[in-house]
Amino acid sequence: MKLSAKQASLLVLAVLIVLSPFFFPSGYYFRVGSLLFVNGLAVVGIVILTGFAGQISLGHAGFVGIGAYACALAPAYLGLHPALSAVLGAVVSGATAYLVGRPILRLKGYYLAVASLGFGILVSMVLANEARWTGGPDGIKTPDLGLRGLLADMGLELTNPQFWYALSGLALLIGAWLALNLRDSPTGRALRALHGSEVAARTVGIDVAQAKLMAFVVSAVYASASGSLLALQNRFITPDVAGYMHSIELVTMAVLGGAGSVLGAIFGAGILTLLPQALTVFQNYEQIMLGLVMMLVMVFMRQGLLPSVLGLMRGRGE
Amino acid sequence: MPELMQFLLSGITVGAVYALVALGFTIIYNASDVVNFAQGEFVMLGGMITVFAYQAGLPLPLAALIAIAATAAAGVAFNKLAIETARGAPVVSLIIITIGASIFIQGVAQVVFDKQLHRLPAFSGDEPLHVFGATILPQSLWVMGGALIVFVGLWVFFTRTLTGRAVLATSNNRLAAQLVGINTNFVMTLSFGLSAAIGALAGVLVTPITLTSYQIGISLALKGFAAAMLGGMGNPKGALVGGIALGLLEALTAGYLSSQYKDAVAFVVILAVLFAMPQGLFGRKAMERV
Repeated sequence: MKLSAKQASLLVLAVLIVLSPFFFPSGYYFRVGSLLFVNGLAVVGIVILTGFAGQISLGHAGFVGIGAYACALAPAYLGLHPALSAVLGAVVSGATAYLVGRPILRLKGYYLAVASLGFGILVSMVLANEARWTGGPDGIKTPDLGLRGLLADMGLELTNPQFWYALSGLALLIGAWLALNLRDSPTGRALRALHGSEVAARTVGIDVAQAKLMAFVVSAVYASASGSLLALQNRFITPDVAGYMHSIELVTMAVLGGAGSVLGAIFGAGILTLLPQALTVFQNYEQIMLGLVMMLVMVFMRQGLLPSVLGLMRGRGE
Repeated sequence: MPELMQFLLSGITVGAVYALVALGFTIIYNASDVVNFAQGEFVMLGGMITVFAYQAGLPLPLAALIAIAATAAAGVAFNKLAIETARGAPVVSLIIITIGASIFIQGVAQVVFDKQLHRLPAFSGDEPLHVFGATILPQSLWVMGGALIVFVGLWVFFTRTLTGRAVLATSNNRLAAQLVGINTNFVMTLSFGLSAAIGALAGVLVTPITLTSYQIGISLALKGFAAAMLGGMGNPKGALVGGIALGLLEALTAGYLSSQYKDAVAFVVILAVLFAMPQGLFGRKAMERV
């Protein structure tokens, strides 16, 4: 049986998620792994927006913030279950993206970048300044999801990091599966067509505005889900998740790994999540290294790391 | 009205700095179609190098001169090593490259200098002047005057000199400029150097008022970027008006509405302007050729 590219990507991802723990030297790596998956989930959303549809957003951390704070605020003020709060967060993010996206997606290139940037900064400012509700810059606690206790009752005992590793890994796998399905669907083809040329896409009958808006809403929901997972896992959240730097991190992860490919972008998320861990030895030189990696990859491997490396290997094989 | 006068004066001072940063964005954007997110780091370098050269015992004007020259050299190096090699890359990649440069420069500044806040003595004393019941620091006048001189100087350069016209020609149409014999690579190098020098000058002028540290660059870059967008990307007049307008808006918001949301209002206004006029206040209408 020959695997399609989609099945192969999912298989590689699943095998990596399941097998990696066997090589973990300590329990700490479950924590790093689940962080990687949480970032990866948001980055898959960026792939849909930037990789497929070619639109830039420097404000997606705003949606991460909405998802994260939904899990802190909805249980406290509305009495919702944390899991339902995450769903509420996704709905609010999607609705916000729909409202904000309509006007700002008319903009192109740098103008879209600054408009989305402004949106993200506004969200993080509201989270930091409305201290009565959000706890301000010091952050706020989030409740326990309760699922781990449920599993323990059913006889499946997991440590907290192990549980979150499994849950975020599963979430990432589902997210990647949905994105890969979207890629080859009529909508996905429409997105990739308008990436190539908006005029050409419009000429063949694609509703360009609608397609862009769809990509923006879907990627916002991904970001929101990532924020919810992060908040529930850390049991604590600060406005930093919605900040400018986090938006930049997400876009960098996607582009570094290869924004056009789901697996590549997750690879990028992996590198940027693991790099700071590896560089703690160098402490003072961490920023220098990070900046250098970002520049070198973008100058010399424009497709992103993974597609460039795969392209090289393929070229040699033939 | 002394209160309003006070807000206006501080708004124009801050706005002059934003205008200089926005001007730096504009010059590089015109020459290379790149929005340089590392623009704020030039301001940081200008301030930091001056501080350390001054502490090492150099007289202040010499320290400032060294800082501006060193920053201009950094700008030229950045263009040669990263931007020219990456020509033709998509907008997202260019954004990542310049953000990478910004993180890199911050990292270097952390290691070479330190993570402390630093200040410089004011150029002509700290005795506040009284204007219509409001007070103004002499250093604010230095900032405003510096910005004014830079803008007038550039206007003369772009309209009266051959090199300046070559830069304008390149920004209008790179290929056509090459065809009439303009060395567009030199124009790019010049633009990065000039832009970095202007940023550094802003850093030197404003450090006695706002202090400086290795991480002031990001927020300045964002504000300067927003100011340039507000005025219309690629238009020096837009950079001036956008910068001053942004400074005034911030000062008035902080004074009359809420100091917590002073940064927010800037972005709200920019969103509103972009919705109503997607090309900014002075931008050209862009046409897409199929």
